Amino acid sequence: MPARLERTNDFVVLFANVNGSGSASANRLFGRAMIRMGVPVGSRNIFPSNIQGLPTWYEVRVSEAGHLGRRGGVDLMVAMNPQTWDNDVKSIDSGGYLFYDSSKPLPPSKFRDDINVVGMPLTEICNKQYSDPRQRQLFKNIMYVGALSQLLDIEPEVIEKLIGELYQGKEKLLAPNVEAFHIGRDYARKHLNGAIGLKLRRCDRVGNKILIEGNAAAALGAVYAGATVAAWYPITPSSSMAEAFQRYCQRYRVDQDGTHRFAIIQAEDELAAIGIVIGAAWNGVRAFTATAGPGISLMQEFIGLAHFAEIPAVIFDVQRGGPSTGMPTRTQQSDILSCAYASHGDTRHVLLFPAEPGECFEFAAKAFDLADRLQTPIFVMSDLDIGMNEWLVEPLAWDDKRKYDRGKVMTFEDLEAGKDFGRYLDVDGDGIPYRTLPGTHPTKGSFFTRGTSRDRYARYSEEGPVYVDNMERLLKKFDTAKSLLPAPVRRNAREATRFGAIYYGSTTTAMDEAIGMLEVNGIHLDTLRVRAYPFVDEIIDFIRAHERIFLVEQNRDAQLKTLLLDTGRVDANKIVSVLHYDGTPVTAHFIVSGISRRMQEIMPVPLRRVAS
Amino acid sequence: MTYIVKPKLHHPKLPHNKLGFTHRDYEGKVSTLCAGCGHDSISAALIQACFELDLPPHRIAKLSGIGCSSKTPDYFLGQSHGFNSVHGRMPSVMTGANLANRDLIYLGVSGDGDSASIGLGQFAHCLRRGVNMVYIVENNGVYGLTKGQFSATADKGSKSKRGASNQDSPIDLVGMAFLMGASFVARSFSGDKKQLVELIKAAIAHRGAAFIDCISPCVAFNNHPGSTKSFDYVREHNEAVNSLEFMEAKQEIKADYAPGTSALVRQHDGTFLNLKKLAADYDPTDRNGALAFLQRHQAAGEIVTGLLFVEPEPEDMVARLNVTKTPLNRLGEAELCPGSAILEKINAELR
Repeated sequence: MPARLERTNDFVVLFANVNGSGSASANRLFGRAMIRMGVPVGSRNIFPSNIQGLPTWYEVRVSEAGHLGRRGGVDLMVAMNPQTWDNDVKSIDSGGYLFYDSSKPLPPSKFRDDINVVGMPLTEICNKQYSDPRQRQLFKNIMYVGALSQLLDIEPEVIEKLIGELYQGKEKLLAPNVEAFHIGRDYARKHLNGAIGLKLRRCDRVGNKILIEGNAAAALGAVYAGATVAAWYPITPSSSMAEAFQRYCQRYRVDQDGTHRFAIIQAEDELAAIGIVIGAAWNGVRAFTATAGPGISLMQEFIGLAHFAEIPAVIFDVQRGGPSTGMPTRTQQSDILSCAYASHGDTRHVLLFPAEPGECFEFAAKAFDLADRLQTPIFVMSDLDIGMNEWLVEPLAWDDKRKYDRGKVMTFEDLEAGKDFGRYLDVDGDGIPYRTLPGTHPTKGSFFTRGTSRDRYARYSEEGPVYVDNMERLLKKFDTAKSLLPAPVRRNAREATRFGAIYYGSTTTAMDEAIGMLEVNGIHLDTLRVRAYPFVDEIIDFIRAHERIFLVEQNRDAQLKTLLLDTGRVDANKIVSVLHYDGTPVTAHFIVSGISRRMQEIMPVPLRRVAS
Repeated sequence: MTYIVKPKLHHPKLPHNKLGFTHRDYEGKVSTLCAGCGHDSISAALIQACFELDLPPHRIAKLSGIGCSSKTPDYFLGQSHGFNSVHGRMPSVMTGANLANRDLIYLGVSGDGDSASIGLGQFAHCLRRGVNMVYIVENNGVYGLTKGQFSATADKGSKSKRGASNQDSPIDLVGMAFLMGASFVARSFSGDKKQLVELIKAAIAHRGAAFIDCISPCVAFNNHPGSTKSFDYVREHNEAVNSLEFMEAKQEIKADYAPGTSALVRQHDGTFLNLKKLAADYDPTDRNGALAFLQRHQAAGEIVTGLLFVEPEPEDMVARLNVTKTPLNRLGEAELCPGSAILEKINAELR
């Protein structure tokens, strides 16, 4: 008899399915039911670039402690895809469970001795119950959810209620789904009782948290920040942001006469999308585009123009694996450099790194203030893991007293009062000039917008010193940006330590769990979560204050490290990279093993022994 | 794009328009294009059209791409905001600007390299979206700033200054504009200012995507024998289908044309286009018929000019998108932010 994992409110379930088989909504139901029981759950969809037929996985991380990143490993595999069977079985932790469709007998070689096998003849039951092939497929999903709910002690009333919410207005589907759910439960009670040692127990760790995708949260941030023009070109994993913006605008920005306080253009390509954003922002609205790496590549020339012509623009980059024909449905943090330095000429851009949907909302709203204040493109560096997965996060909040910072815009009154207007004149010493909007004043304040080759008053000039003067001011402006950005988040280790770790974005949840695991192993790290570029002194000081810094990133080339070294204020030898870039979200186990291994290299004697 | 500022002094008897502006108030900086360039004549026509229409210059936004033609917005309407954008991408910038403020007049100035080569896609898409604008291509069949390479509108068989012969089929921007759904299509010639001024005025009054293809010979690189975009060639082959007189609503309409020789088209804003027919079988409100006519005559080597197509009641982009009448750039927190109470409701839905 293999060992049995016995765990309550702390385990990982992985569903292996065939894309397009209707499994997604059933799996989602499974995760949601746990949340309704007060148990925090992190769910991730790992899906192919395909509509039907290729393998897809849905990972459910159950953690009463609230660790909602990926842990690594699988405690219960729900293996519903013969194509990936071998690898799926291999990935189960020893003592874990394999739940599968036992309608067709499989040779013993297809299993493992050290795992617990739970077979249920799903196809057989469905074929007996239903004659329509589509029904046979769809109800199979809800049936395994029924069986698992029985085996894991998920309260059936909770799932019934969720099914009711799911099929509200489609009552015809409601009864058969509830029926299939109970067929699954009944079978498990009769034939599989007690087969799985993973249990759910109602608790109250969810509170008033909400479930939301990063893209939807970012879209809401744009709505709340007063963005009115959006231009985009469909590209995974960013499309759902533009679509969510459309949906929310339709709800909250339509006048009684039916007219819209917004305009959304699905452009012919990313070049046009960013062009529309720039034209709109030049003309005084808040405008944005949502895209992914290939879109960023196409936008380069325009991004440079916006930088030099000093036009506010907000760009949401929902990062994915590169290149264009790469891994569009997989996650990475691999556009850091291409965004930081986007375009030709000497350009550097402000980047924001949200860690979860709550920050997607917050940073989206912030990005529009920053764009207007700094008159430059602002990048919100989300990724597929944050953007397209539903995360359990604190409720979104908005202060009704908050005013939009529209930056330095000269009005008719200002011009009329005789204020000196030089479009590229640094009046306040912060590198940020004043701008005017087209149509403001009949005789004052007009200017001709171009990249460079103009002086402080926007008059044409190709003189070297005039060019240099402008470039120096842009640097000053970039420095000003530092004082406006979200500060890094520091956490001190429980014990004084010479070691630190830096991370950012979607790595955060796995990192939080990894730090706890490392502590148990006697490795103590101060940590700093970077939330924006350009880097503030606090980040440089943190690196200087530690002997070694582990820098965890989800790309191959240590792109954030490159940016840090580019400041010229950081010792390259101090930084040890831990890099995850296979397209799946990084796990706590990966970080723990990466840091532990490198720690061994730095300090060959195990820490624990030293301590004892 | 010039170092020289024009003196503000002018003759005291210079005529004023209804806004009290003289012609000079619509001028820009001194042109730096080659002496005799067709583009400067187009700038002059734009200045005259805006002066005659009594337009407040600051309510016009001028946008351009890259190239000789795209430099010209600096040489007219000095009181207007201008935007010299990216090569071939002016249409998207103009589209965005238009979304932000539907109340301004948008003047897009481009060239044949800018619109027919690098920017063909954006040219097509801004027309099919019905952006309310005047889009002028100053078409000389050649790249001027980079010194004489063929552009995509160069006719097959036409010769470059260095003697090379173009073997590729030309892109006919007028035909493209017809197919992409432009609601106002015209062709003119920089050497025919009278025709061009009236077309520009009509295009500005038109509330939709108005396109003017203006043949504008390049005196430096494309004005030699063997070119089909030279002054001499265009003058010899110019076949105007009509002669346009743009009339504002209140103007008295003088019907002094013989029946059947003139057509009166009322535009959405109440202005009238009085079209004196020069080609008896040409109907500028019949998209398909007009296109067939153009292709027939083009095949015969004629350059057909005039108002080629007009849809009197077009629907523009902001109307299609149902954008509110107040320009979007005038909306603030009160109109745009749904507030914390609604966010609480959204949160509740996500539990």
